[in-house]
Amino acid sequence: MNLALSDEQVFLQEAARTALGRTDTIEAARDALDGGTLPDLWPVSREAGWPGLLVCEDRGGAGLGVFDAMLVMTELGRVLAPVALLGHLPATWLMDRADGPIDLVGRLAEGEARAAFMPARPPDGIHDAWTVEGHRGSRRAAVPALAGGTVSGAVHWVPDAAGADVLVGVADDAGTARAVLVEAGDPGVAVEAVTRYDATRPLGHVQLDGARATVLEGLADDAPAGAWYLAQALLAAEAQGSVEEALQRSVEYAKERFTFGRPIGSYQAVKHALVEVLRRLENLRSLVYYAGWAGDDKPDEFPLAASAARVAAGAAQDYAARELISVHGGIGATWEHDAPLFFRRAQLARRLLGGDGDAADRVADELLRGTAAARAIAA
Amino acid sequence: MDLNDTPDQAAYRGRVREWLEQHAAEAPTITRDDISPEVISARRTWQRRLAEGGLVGITWPREYGGQGLGPLEQVIFNQELSRAKLPGILDVIGIGMLGPTLIAHGSEEQKQRYLAPMLHADEVWCQLFSEPAAGSDLAGIQSRARRQDDRSWRVSGQKVWTTNAQFASYGLMMTRTDADVPKHKGLTVFVVPMDGEGVTIRPLRQISGEAHFNEVFFDDVTLDADATVGAVGDGWKVGLTTLMYERVAIGLGGEGFGWRADRFAGALAGDEAAKEDPEVRRRLGELATDLLALRFTGYRQLTQLQKGQIPGPAGALSKITTINAAIAAGELIADVLGPDALEPDEWGGLVSDLPGLKSAGGTEEILRNIVGERVLGLAPEPRLDKGVPFSELRAKEKEVAAR
Repeated sequence: MNLALSDEQVFLQEAARTALGRTDTIEAARDALDGGTLPDLWPVSREAGWPGLLVCEDRGGAGLGVFDAMLVMTELGRVLAPVALLGHLPATWLMDRADGPIDLVGRLAEGEARAAFMPARPPDGIHDAWTVEGHRGSRRAAVPALAGGTVSGAVHWVPDAAGADVLVGVADDAGTARAVLVEAGDPGVAVEAVTRYDATRPLGHVQLDGARATVLEGLADDAPAGAWYLAQALLAAEAQGSVEEALQRSVEYAKERFTFGRPIGSYQAVKHALVEVLRRLENLRSLVYYAGWAGDDKPDEFPLAASAARVAAGAAQDYAARELISVHGGIGATWEHDAPLFFRRAQLARRLLGGDGDAADRVADELLRGTAAARAIAA
Repeated sequence: MDLNDTPDQAAYRGRVREWLEQHAAEAPTITRDDISPEVISARRTWQRRLAEGGLVGITWPREYGGQGLGPLEQVIFNQELSRAKLPGILDVIGIGMLGPTLIAHGSEEQKQRYLAPMLHADEVWCQLFSEPAAGSDLAGIQSRARRQDDRSWRVSGQKVWTTNAQFASYGLMMTRTDADVPKHKGLTVFVVPMDGEGVTIRPLRQISGEAHFNEVFFDDVTLDADATVGAVGDGWKVGLTTLMYERVAIGLGGEGFGWRADRFAGALAGDEAAKEDPEVRRRLGELATDLLALRFTGYRQLTQLQKGQIPGPAGALSKITTINAAIAAGELIADVLGPDALEPDEWGGLVSDLPGLKSAGGTEEILRNIVGERVLGLAPEPRLDKGVPFSELRAKEKEVAAR
């Protein structure tokens, strides 16, 4: 039993902090809201080796694990850094498990090219079809259809889609789900760049109209679903960083701001709310560990663990962001303050990739169906 | 990060499993909450058998009859016990909290006299800390021990929420020995024989109608001069050791109550309509998430313990999460199953116990204060009792109330 980080993981974390520390990403987040362009942190990411984190070494990657990738995401979340890993990592993870195309995987691992994962939700005990986000977020839509080597269909709210060289997702091949890859530059592929509410989170609507598709061959049966859960886990880990930062800022202010001759953090009403942020954070942190461990060592438990982490992330991120504003009083709700940036991050993140409500539903589904994960935790 | 057993741990697990398989037939069958004398007696015998097998006091030092092993071996034993669906020891409080307190602060005579019978359940122990007027503010206890001319002590006062008092041989009692100093300073801890003259034990029935706790009254009970644990006036320090072990027990033992995500889900799984109800699924998903988080928080604490770090007050957060997740589970199950769920042999016991458990081991409010101050470093609220001799506190409180 050892749930501590290894020396290599601590190093990975510290290196990420240093690399990201060279840019004032928080200030950039505000500028972007005012219409400025986001800083391009992809070169930073390449220098740090993040694009190839989940690609094995003989294909040019770092061959690291799910938990390692989550640690990097936590550092991104802490400073609201826009690095396109939420799209890139699940896509490369999936491709790395397929037989090919090896050359492309190598370029993606290098960061010469960038991939985006078109999130596709696996079936559950009630719904037997794969789905993607519809234009109205909560309304699920059918995954693109695969026929004669081409795919057609729409996938909305795809993280990091705009500017990606390849798009990886799941398509329906006459009732069978297949992982597919399309080149963004091919005819029949249109990506509309969109941002909503959180300027640090580039999204895209992908329209596929008879686009040439490469089916990823040689994948294990559970690999396409694994990419969905990996995206959930990465988003949860990213939220952990934002919550840690929000809590630290809230506590600092509660110590230095005085009312009625006392620091406001001495009042139980304020103290208990901040402890509630910590409680939710600790629950999240524990489930991020669970998801990281399951992602690397217990694939059967990954759907449950990643979904639970996502639920805890939503609960912590929302509460922490609101409390960060509340503890600062009115000033916390102004444009000049940083608190709204964390609030915006929380509100959008909670609605992506099916939303936290869907993750809670998945946790229940695993338990009620008595899946392998449910049996594992009962043992 | 590695949750697997090391080879040594796997070997230990194997030995425990084998022992439990060989002795399973000797274990009593226990239905929930049965505290009849026959069951207590059967559980004593079972603890004795476990102790003979080296499975009680696993983390205690060898010189006092323990196994000198780490917290992880204790957890392995707990897991194996649960896997074999066998009952645990009778004296959880003695073995988990009071024995370790005696080991840390007791005299050599006390250790030699009390620890072995405690291990074997020949003498069960109870904890005599809380009082009707002192729970969250534990140092405000009013029971008094007065030194007699012959160096013996006479103790008077009342304790409450005392688990196992009705069949305990001894209690570890915190009481006031000096009222003329500030309240944390005038306390002393004693070993008290529960069959002593002047000790009255009264069961305390709770919402469920059952009596898991007792009130204990002390009316001029005489204690020997050597009944003190730790120095006279050092009772707060001794008590904090007990509370630290209580935190460890709560942190590592939440699932011991059977409050597990899979078990709560199992209560709903037979209802086909509920299984597909989005509201039921969402509520289950959220409370199950909390319970899963607790399991891994426990593993994180265990990792710290293994490295020799003392678990910090953040562990109190686990208790808050546990209780509230179990409340949410009781609510959901009752909503789905209807009034039948509230029957005592269904989920009524859970539903009834939780409001009280919310205050057990520290109320949610005091735990949030402690975590806010010790972990987050927030300032305490102003207090009126700092530096004030205990004997003057009452007058001061009255003065404030009259303002």
